Amino acid sequence: MKTAMELNNRYNDDKVNDACGLFGMMDLSGRRFGAEEPVKAIANMHERSNGLGGGFAAYGIYPEFRNDYALHVMYLNQESKEKSEAIISNNFDVLRSEKIPVDYSAHVIRPPLMWRYFVHPKQNLLSTLTSDDFVVEQVMRINMETCGAYVFSSGKNMGVFKGVGFPEDIAAFFRLNDYEGYMWICHGRFPTNTPGWWGGAHPFNILDWTVVHNGELSSYGINRRYLEMFNYNCTMQTDTEVLAYTLDLLRRKQGIPLSVVTKILAPPLWEEIADMNPTQKRLYTTLRMSYGSLLMNGPFSIIAAHQGEMMGLTDRIKLRPLTAATLDNMLFLSSEESAIRLVAPVLDRVWSPLGGEPVVGRLKSDTERIEVIAH
Amino acid sequence: MKSFLESEFTVVRDEERCIRCKVCVNQCAYETHCYDAEDDRILSKDENCVNCHRCVIFCPTHAIRIEQNVTGYTQNSNWSREAIVALKKQAEYGGILITGMGCDKPNFTYWDRLLLDASQVTNPSIDPLREPMEIKTFLGSKPDRIELEEVDDDVVLQTKLSPQLVCEAPILFSALSYGAVSFNVHTALAKAATEFGTYMNTGEGGLDERLYKYGDHIIVQVASGRFGVHPGYLDVGAAVEIKIGQGAKPGIGGHLPGEKVTEDISRTRMIPVGTDALSPAPQHDIYSIEDLRQLIYALKEATDYTKPISVKIAAVHNSAAIASGMVRAGADIIAIDGVRGATGSAPKVIRDNVGIPIELALASVDQRLRDEGIRNHASVIVAGGIKSSADVIKAIALGADAVYVGTAALVAMGCTLCQKCHTGKCPWGIATSDPWLTKRLNPDIATRRLTNLLRAWSLEIKEMMGGMGINAVESLRGNRMRLRGVGLTDTELKILGVKMAGD
Ligand code: SF4
Ligand code: SF4
Repeated sequence: MKTAMELNNRYNDDKVNDACGLFGMMDLSGRRFGAEEPVKAIANMHERSNGLGGGFAAYGIYPEFRNDYALHVMYLNQESKEKSEAIISNNFDVLRSEKIPVDYSAHVIRPPLMWRYFVHPKQNLLSTLTSDDFVVEQVMRINMETCGAYVFSSGKNMGVFKGVGFPEDIAAFFRLNDYEGYMWICHGRFPTNTPGWWGGAHPFNILDWTVVHNGELSSYGINRRYLEMFNYNCTMQTDTEVLAYTLDLLRRKQGIPLSVVTKILAPPLWEEIADMNPTQKRLYTTLRMSYGSLLMNGPFSIIAAHQGEMMGLTDRIKLRPLTAATLDNMLFLSSEESAIRLVAPVLDRVWSPLGGEPVVGRLKSDTERIEVIAH
Repeated sequence: MKSFLESEFTVVRDEERCIRCKVCVNQCAYETHCYDAEDDRILSKDENCVNCHRCVIFCPTHAIRIEQNVTGYTQNSNWSREAIVALKKQAEYGGILITGMGCDKPNFTYWDRLLLDASQVTNPSIDPLREPMEIKTFLGSKPDRIELEEVDDDVVLQTKLSPQLVCEAPILFSALSYGAVSFNVHTALAKAATEFGTYMNTGEGGLDERLYKYGDHIIVQVASGRFGVHPGYLDVGAAVEIKIGQGAKPGIGGHLPGEKVTEDISRTRMIPVGTDALSPAPQHDIYSIEDLRQLIYALKEATDYTKPISVKIAAVHNSAAIASGMVRAGADIIAIDGVRGATGSAPKVIRDNVGIPIELALASVDQRLRDEGIRNHASVIVAGGIKSSADVIKAIALGADAVYVGTAALVAMGCTLCQKCHTGKCPWGIATSDPWLTKRLNPDIATRRLTNLLRAWSLEIKEMMGGMGINAVESLRGNRMRLRGVGLTDTELKILGVKMAGD
């Protein structure tokens, strides 16, 4: 049986390539809403995917387990399930273990077995690790060692649902209408070299970080080698994985504010830095000098989210599209404005963020506004 | 003793074109040509000719052609002409064969077996004429993380970076010591570095005070002979480089013959006029890695931690381990000079047989520093056989922060790679201190030739980056996925960390 890496990159290409449609929708008041609108919106961008990948991340869907890690695992064979469950039960207290409810009549291709576990790490095993680091370690272990199991979601009070099919079919398969979240991140995929592997679909998730991504990083080789120095193994060999690990390193491990992280991924040009005031100049020069290897070069637009925060960003010369819009408490991010208009024909504000200019939405308990951080 | 050596070159003069102007007679530094008044003819002593092309370029009627002597020895794949000539020379002189410039052997070059990528469909290429293309490069130690403090809605930077060199392109001029090259050459390098926004490296012979005004664009070298090293010299440079070794002659020192030590050079090198300047093989205060650490910190103390300290080594078999030690010893920059690195003078046997190709050394050093998680702590400059912008970009993709160019800069100024620098009679006024010859190199024109070269390479680098869909050089640095190999074995590909073309 093949490892997740072999499944994900079956021709051993430099990396996995794809292009896509993105959609994100967040109620900043924290009100939870169903999958109907996000699914309708991403389905509207049908031409941006080719039926070989669709997926969703929904936040706030497991309030009864809000403090526990929800592991979503796909199993390609029974043996990998046994191995994984051994790892899980040896390392975690398992509060619930169940099959993810699915609808086999949905139009999807060869779905693997889907299982979920609500867990928390056995305290005596943590030693010096934080719970988060411990979970990351176990997730990597299952993905690397079990040959056929793949943990595709590992955050708290959130879940990723993804697979091979058009996004609307994936939504039907996972019966997403049964869930309510305050933030939905959606993705329709057009892969060019990984047909048929459910784990290859987006969103990519680690802990409660989720990334959906459209584009191809021409800097992938060095982004990846830089992350390897910090012990991230890029087993999936996708740009999205590199983005997710970068966010994990900068935001979670190094505590850099998201607004600054976006300036590492898509930094201002040197000529723009030259025009800044001395404090800003020093900040941005230091950032570029220190984190040059994490500059995400080449075309991308991403939506990244974690508990309470959603961020949209494009590369600094905007080679891929992104539109933002607001209506009351709702923040929308989308590859195409039409998808937003479909679910909200009348909007308070619609705009196309400039290249490298992030759009960040936070739950209102954190801050009272949708923040648009300009250059 | 009758010499059994034959002339290497044949001077062919078109008598119909020759107007007896005697330009060739006056230009040749080796007295190849002479005027026979009786016959009103120019004659040539082929045995003196070194194929420097000085007469070819300056002959107003293009009457001269230099040919390889066609009289070859009997064809023999083992005993090449080169081998036979070397044996004869040694039989006649009984000494070490000395030569100039870098190793001229084939097969040591990997750049030409590496190919670059370009974007198609899934990823757009970028047009450098329409979009910004950034190749600005910073050299020095970088932190693994930045400390920021959030004050109200603002972030305040807490980290202070250690000193850095700022280059407008990842290309610096390699060490060329004063004495080995003329004052005019040093002047042109310093002016070109200043105008373009990069750095020249003094080499081991100090820096003439007249050039102190360009100090912000000069890396001052401290080598085993300590020639010209004094507080003012350390203060004036933008960075200090400790020279441990050089690619053309790893493991051995240097020798500037007394006849090259003129008044100016003696003042700068701080040795008497006419004395030989002998650089010992090792630095006599560095017999181990902890000694290197002491010298690095002595120089940091002496310069008040205001300048990056570079350490330059020749690429040898265990460069990776040495480099790791150098970074841990506190070097901000490590410079590695490969087997093809040039010199003003070296034993031919060493130049051609000691050291390893820079491509392999670079690949293993970069990977080792990453494996050990210390790649951010020092920048890597590579030298030794960078002959085009393609080599520069391949070096960057393999993992270098920047390159040093020496030979390429000399060629830009007029050098024709005749490999006779050690004679002190460079007909192009470069590797000489003879005033009759040095005045041949006009520093202003040479400056322009150098800045043109840097500009041309920068434009080419931007074109290639644009083709790869990369608009900032930091996204190319160490991005080996954008390289492929051709004609390489699995082991070579593994060491280089690149895939075979087509894979
Ligand atoms: S420089 Fe040319 S034209 Fe003048 S004497 Fe020499 S060969 Fe003749
Ligand atoms: S510097 Fe002068 S002597 Fe040396 S190779 Fe070049 S032309 Fe010949």
